Amino acid sequence: MSKVGVTNVGKEDMTEDIDDKSKRRFLIAATTVVGGVGAGFASVPFVLSMRPSAKTQAAGAPVEVDISKIEDGQKLTIEWRGKPVWIVKRTAKNLDDLPSLSVKLSDPDSAVEQQPSYAKNSTRSIKPEYLVVIGICTHLGCSPSYIKEDDPHDLGNEWKGGFFCPCHGSFFDLAGRVYQGVPAPTNLVVPPHAYLSNTRIVVGVDSQEGVAS
Amino acid sequence: MNKILTASLDWVDTRFPLSKMWNEHLAQYYAPKNFNVWYYFGSLALLVLVLQIVTGIFLATNYKPDAALAFGTVEYIMRDVEYGWLIRYMHSTGASFFFIVVYLHMFRALLYGSYRKPRELLWIIGMFIYLCLMAESFLGYLLPWGQMSFWGAQVIISLFGAIPWVGEDLAVWVRGDYVIADATLNRFFVYHVVLVPIILLGLAVVHIIALHEVGSNNPDGIEIKKNKDPETGIPRDGIPFHPYYTVKDIVGVAVFLILFSWVIFYAPELGGYFIEHNNFFPADPMKTPTHIAPLWYFTPFYAILRAVPEKLLGVIAMGAAIFVLFLLPWLDRSPVKSIRYKGWIFKLALALFIISFFGLCYLGMEAPTQTKTWFARLFSVIYFGFFLLMPWYSKWDKTKPVPERVTD
Amino acid sequence: MRRVILALTLLLPTMAFATSGGIELQHADNDIFDKASLQAGAKLFVNYCMGCHSAQYVRFSRMGKDLGLSDDELKENLMFSTEKVGETMTIAMAPDEAKRWFGVTPPDLSVIARARGVDWLYTYLLTFYLDPSRPWGVNNLVFKDVGMPHVLWEQQGWQKPVYGTVTDDEGKSHQVIKSLELVNPADEAKADQYKKDVRDLVNFLDYMGEPAKLERKSLGWKVMLFLFVFLIFAYLLKKEYWRDIH
Repeated sequence: MSKVGVTNVGKEDMTEDIDDKSKRRFLIAATTVVGGVGAGFASVPFVLSMRPSAKTQAAGAPVEVDISKIEDGQKLTIEWRGKPVWIVKRTAKNLDDLPSLSVKLSDPDSAVEQQPSYAKNSTRSIKPEYLVVIGICTHLGCSPSYIKEDDPHDLGNEWKGGFFCPCHGSFFDLAGRVYQGVPAPTNLVVPPHAYLSNTRIVVGVDSQEGVAS
Repeated sequence: MNKILTASLDWVDTRFPLSKMWNEHLAQYYAPKNFNVWYYFGSLALLVLVLQIVTGIFLATNYKPDAALAFGTVEYIMRDVEYGWLIRYMHSTGASFFFIVVYLHMFRALLYGSYRKPRELLWIIGMFIYLCLMAESFLGYLLPWGQMSFWGAQVIISLFGAIPWVGEDLAVWVRGDYVIADATLNRFFVYHVVLVPIILLGLAVVHIIALHEVGSNNPDGIEIKKNKDPETGIPRDGIPFHPYYTVKDIVGVAVFLILFSWVIFYAPELGGYFIEHNNFFPADPMKTPTHIAPLWYFTPFYAILRAVPEKLLGVIAMGAAIFVLFLLPWLDRSPVKSIRYKGWIFKLALALFIISFFGLCYLGMEAPTQTKTWFARLFSVIYFGFFLLMPWYSKWDKTKPVPERVTD
Repeated sequence: MRRVILALTLLLPTMAFATSGGIELQHADNDIFDKASLQAGAKLFVNYCMGCHSAQYVRFSRMGKDLGLSDDELKENLMFSTEKVGETMTIAMAPDEAKRWFGVTPPDLSVIARARGVDWLYTYLLTFYLDPSRPWGVNNLVFKDVGMPHVLWEQQGWQKPVYGTVTDDEGKSHQVIKSLELVNPADEAKADQYKKDVRDLVNFLDYMGEPAKLERKSLGWKVMLFLFVFLIFAYLLKKEYWRDIH
């Protein structure tokens, strides 16, 4: 009962041939589309599995910090998501000096989005006396050193305190703003943070409405 | 657009035999047109190999081969990694399905004499793939570092100790320690992820090349190359693999994936056959479980090992049970290839073989009792008898005349 | 073809869990989709079990999500020693000290339901009985000479063994435990509530063993439905091409 060979021997009817061809083409297209959709669905779990796992997310959870013991001019370092976060208690003089530095800075008004909206101000912070900033140079990722105005240094008389990155020589002021003429392109990043009280902040959570709680 | 595609293809073809390979192995590889359901399992085996490699890679990015951490990383994958549970179940189910597919694939060869001349080497390459597969699953099973992982490996590696004189030292050398330990886990991980998969992929390629060199067998056991169209040189009973068998194999893949998905989503442990309950106890070198058994796909050979009351002879018997399969092309002296044209003797022998294989498979899972050991011995004798007596009964068997052309 | 079916049916029967010492197991009949039951079980687990048993692979935040509890509810009711919901259910007891006190380290219970089965766990928690020869004064029908005290004795009341005589094949008679009986008959009033509590606890252990179970069945039928649709198209395509051959 089997037909020999590959082609439809004996079926000369032209219309049937054309019907076959279009039916065949439709079925190829339909099967390919369904198969393609299936392959797409199937790849989803594999791609998603590469996202940070629940363990990583837990390790990257917000960190609470007690800031009551930080003295004037002192820098506290904590870790959040594997990165150093600095909390610096600025003095009244530090805050007064900030506006005068604008001419030397690349982005004095924080035009580039390196901070949440509630830190887009002249002090780049929620409360003026506390700077909260990620201690990683925006050039290639080294962690800069903290150099106060009255620390021994060779940065000249005009140095009003700030951060100096030893890797390639970038400078940042006490609001984390980058100086002109250095390799680092942007201001230091201000992480999402909020005040739980006057003595406690949480890093990794955004403040509501840009107002300190 | 067409012009660009044609020109690109020509550019490649003058530098790499792409179209040549496409024609030789797909569009102009003429396979017999009477393939039945038993012919799906080769392409399915290739599918499962790819699945195991892909899921294995994703598992390996989250697994740590350290005795103190391994068990925990498997649970990490099951809970903390997004869809990690799905990838894990695909891999564990894939391992068992690999053996189901391969056993059925081998069984087809028994039915239709696919190991007969000129396909002896094809069969031998396939047997090496089978050995690699057994090694791969044995190595992989240690990785979750559960009680069955640990003690199963302990028992099997200490079989090396049965070898006279060098046995004990050999076992220590394989383990890298005096018992199954962290050193063993680390090296088994590398063999499982790197060494054996590379060998398996190479053997799969060689297997297909060997097949295409001689052409496929078929359920009638006829050589279709003996009957070619004089003008085209194409076997009269042959059809191009692409598109006919590519399109048919896709159906096979769909059916397979439905069964595969049913297990993964509804019964991933399959009652303890695919994932053993005891393996949810972390490995404890101080406490041997009351009942150690390998996974179902090893139990026939495990039953044979236990049926022989002496340690070294048991190991030899177990090895012989696998080795005898290599000899099959030379044991079968029947004038016909396919069971369709063989007589009642072969059919009876095959039926007895199937019963004893399943029997041994079941007995290997059970704790040994007097009765069960007796049956294991009976089935072992039948198992070996099927092969060792074949040179005689395949000759005595009355065969039917084989047709010139394939039947549907 | 028949051989294929035979092969498949042989793969279906469930393999028995580790033997329960010949005791017939009672059925837990738990439902991991019953959130109220899981919450009750979680509370029991944290209050009665976590003094000695950790569940080190279970994350509080994931449990909260699956059980329908907020972070605050988790912290108030289920988290006694840790602040962060992202952490796992570890305990303070050092394993080697525990071993000194109990003879064995109380095992982590994250996957105990997968290792022993829910029916075993259910029966285990129901069959503690008084045995003066044991360090804690109790033994258990499915776990002979267990090192664990009967933590839930207040909920169940004490049980004592009722012995019966059994003659074996060789004509020797042995005393075996035929059943357990409450020491104080008044405790019978607690029986239903106790069974419910144990069911909830075992339900929670079942959930902890495989949280993905909540999701995999519902994803499963969708996958199989899609594959079935694909199968239809693939089959029609095959039939269309194979008209050339037949």
